[in-house]
Amino acid sequence: MTNDRHGGAGQSAGAPSLSPAIELVDIVKRFPGVVANDGVNVTVRAGTIHALVGENGAGKSTVMKILYGAQRPDEGRIVVNGTEQHFKSPKDAIEAGIGMVFQHFMLADNLTVWENVVLGYEPRRGVQLDADKARTQIRALAKSNGMTIEPDAFVGDLGVGERQRVEILKVLYRGARIIILDEPTAVLVPQEVEELFESLRELTAQGVTIVFISHKLDEVLAIADDITVIRRGKTVATARPAEVTARDLAEMMVGSELPSPETRTSTVTTEVALALDDVTLAGGTGSRPTLSSVSFHVRRGEIVGIAGVEGNGQTELLEAILGTRALTSGHIVMSGQDLARIHTRERRAMGLGFIPEDRQRDGLLLSEPIWENVMLGYQHAPPFANGPWIDKAAARSRADKIVREFDVRTPGIDTMTLALSGGNQQKLIVGREMTSGPRVLVAAHPTRGIDVGAQAAVWDAFRDAREAGLAILLVSADLEELIGLSDTLLVMLRGRIVARLDPATLNKSTLGEYMTGARQDAA
Amino acid sequence: MNRRTLYAIAAPMAALLLALVVTSIALLAGSHNPLVAFGKMLTYAGSKDSAVVIVNKSLPLFLSGLAVAIGFKMNLFNIGVEGQYRLAAILAAAAGAAVSLPAPLHIAFIMLIAMAVGAAWAAVAGILNVTRNVNIVISTIMLNGIVASLLGYLLKHVAHVKNQMRSTTELPKSAWFPDLLHIGKGTRLYGFVIIAAIVGVGFSVVMNRSRFGFDLRASGINPGAARASGVNPKTMVVRTMLISGALAGLIGMPILLSDSHKYTQDFPTLYGFSGIAVAIVGRYRAGGIALAAMLFAGIERASQILPQPPLRAPKEIGTIMQGTMMLSAVVAYEVVRRLGEAAAIREAAAKAGVVAA
Repeated sequence: MTNDRHGGAGQSAGAPSLSPAIELVDIVKRFPGVVANDGVNVTVRAGTIHALVGENGAGKSTVMKILYGAQRPDEGRIVVNGTEQHFKSPKDAIEAGIGMVFQHFMLADNLTVWENVVLGYEPRRGVQLDADKARTQIRALAKSNGMTIEPDAFVGDLGVGERQRVEILKVLYRGARIIILDEPTAVLVPQEVEELFESLRELTAQGVTIVFISHKLDEVLAIADDITVIRRGKTVATARPAEVTARDLAEMMVGSELPSPETRTSTVTTEVALALDDVTLAGGTGSRPTLSSVSFHVRRGEIVGIAGVEGNGQTELLEAILGTRALTSGHIVMSGQDLARIHTRERRAMGLGFIPEDRQRDGLLLSEPIWENVMLGYQHAPPFANGPWIDKAAARSRADKIVREFDVRTPGIDTMTLALSGGNQQKLIVGREMTSGPRVLVAAHPTRGIDVGAQAAVWDAFRDAREAGLAILLVSADLEELIGLSDTLLVMLRGRIVARLDPATLNKSTLGEYMTGARQDAA
Repeated sequence: MNRRTLYAIAAPMAALLLALVVTSIALLAGSHNPLVAFGKMLTYAGSKDSAVVIVNKSLPLFLSGLAVAIGFKMNLFNIGVEGQYRLAAILAAAAGAAVSLPAPLHIAFIMLIAMAVGAAWAAVAGILNVTRNVNIVISTIMLNGIVASLLGYLLKHVAHVKNQMRSTTELPKSAWFPDLLHIGKGTRLYGFVIIAAIVGVGFSVVMNRSRFGFDLRASGINPGAARASGVNPKTMVVRTMLISGALAGLIGMPILLSDSHKYTQDFPTLYGFSGIAVAIVGRYRAGGIALAAMLFAGIERASQILPQPPLRAPKEIGTIMQGTMMLSAVVAYEVVRRLGEAAAIREAAAKAGVVAA
């Protein structure tokens, strides 16, 4: 490992002695009032996998956008395969052989695989679309890169891993020899991650260069040939996986010590705060139920984690508890009261806290100031409600308290919520739920997409609340978070609870097997 | 002056300027000198008489703007304000003529009937929406069509004819809203100004300070978050349609109670649609809507001078001005909104000390 800003890449004895596929030299990108990149130097050797790691907000995305032609640097040089480039648009980057696979897939569900792949670059026969040629080309392309894919399958029917393969094929089809992958594993389960990595290794064997953007350090160490660390807009270190540990990398990323999700001693009581009994939600006609006979309980001082591949009923489970989705059968009991005839508003007032999986979609009024957002969900309960009126002073003082105690970094409580970074928005939501006297907290992906600092703050808040007797139901895709925080871990698969596990004696790969149904035992 | 206030003032000014430019082009195309025309318009609209007329004329526009705005605030596009106010006006006029009550009660009775009719008619669309998922825009437009036929029927079979004009029976004097002041020969300021002011203040307070207003705004800004916060979307749709319809019911009242005193077949129409433009230009806020209503009424009044010699320009120039005003306001407000957001993001990013991704 070297701390040389200009990197140690290219000097390795084992590496092919080609000119680097990409060289970024002293890249500076300023946005009004902010410097997003302030001296970024990255050298990517041809035919290797190069990982770019850094916290959210460190400037990774900006580097990526500059490389992909979506933004132009204010200073510095971009050299691709030995030629200096001045990309004006992503189209220029594609022509230079650089393709991008976004974290959120850009595929049309109602089109087939081959239609998605050729979209915009269709092979033609006269004025007609040459479908046969497209199919043949795609089969050949997939085969030569060690991928299996059915060109005529509808993308809507494919799993997440397969969709990602379609995205990769799409950029290869456009002639990309350098592929940028933005957080490619964020949506995958461990088994799919392994498949992706095999594909990537196969691609590099074919001479394709991969730029891999991630903050999952174990994965970076497993797949990358070189690693560049970005902190606060600067490249601060380059490293070889063999020479560093995940902990070293994390410390380079944050410049300080790493938080851990570990909870300490058990605070679980015998008092049940939330109980689900045989909860069932019918699916659409002819399809399996979205939830079938889900029963479990959460006691005061306990964190119950729900693991599972996304789309196995977790979202619907939370909606059922929140009351925005009606049960087909079964009961949900909170603090001894059956919630069947109790509307969401009253459930919230009874002390049901909620951290939604998509904070912007379900948790915030982005165009409104912070002080208004602290009332959301509690606008009909004291101290905010005063007869038919809103108590503005109470809301403002609560906002001050949340900003102070939960370290929400903002110019003030009158700032529009959309101006806050993701981590600060999340701290605002966590603060809102924690300060509203919750008895039960239902949280989905509470640290998704936020930086390490905010993550630590959220975990601390959870641990403190648990100690104070809060019952927490935690749905998460971050297995480390689930194992670290939970007292009890349940696995959901196809709308059922298929396993009840003890986080203390569990590792991530075993959990992954339960999540995909590869391993089963009595729940 | 802070940046936000500056933007808030600059945007409508920019819109007005653009409207003047487009209107100038229209005037030039007709070989009229825009500067002379604007000068005449300004002088005409600036007189004391005109000021009173403009305020009177702005009342239905203001109420219509409020009726539209409360729905639009939660993305509920009540296009049926037009039908709601006309139906409310004729039924209230008929009901008012049929009873005899002491003065203040009589007026209150007529207003209550109008609000109830407007609310009931709007509720049809609201209930269809929550029970049968019928699109509000479609249903309110269709209900407008039904009102047009209904009015024709009522005027033909229920109202009576006098001087070839079909109308309801004239209201007794006890139902005439007292005027606020008289200026010279027949120019008078409607007392209804006071009712409009009360409604405007009430609108503002409910929107910004009440739990209902918070729920309503939340539903408009982010339906998902509103739902998770315990707002029942169906209840909100019905309640908001009821209020919007009740406000719509008031639109015809300044005309009925202060001017015509009966519903005639030439009772003013189209206020429901003008209200959409007024609400947009007024940014769905009571104060803004009041200013926009005055502006629209002012343009309307000023354009009356256009056909007079020496100009002889069509008075529809005023309509062009109102139309471009609305379109350019939409653009200007969006620009300002984006500038404001960008500024807030920069400020927050600087405070957080992190670099923007």
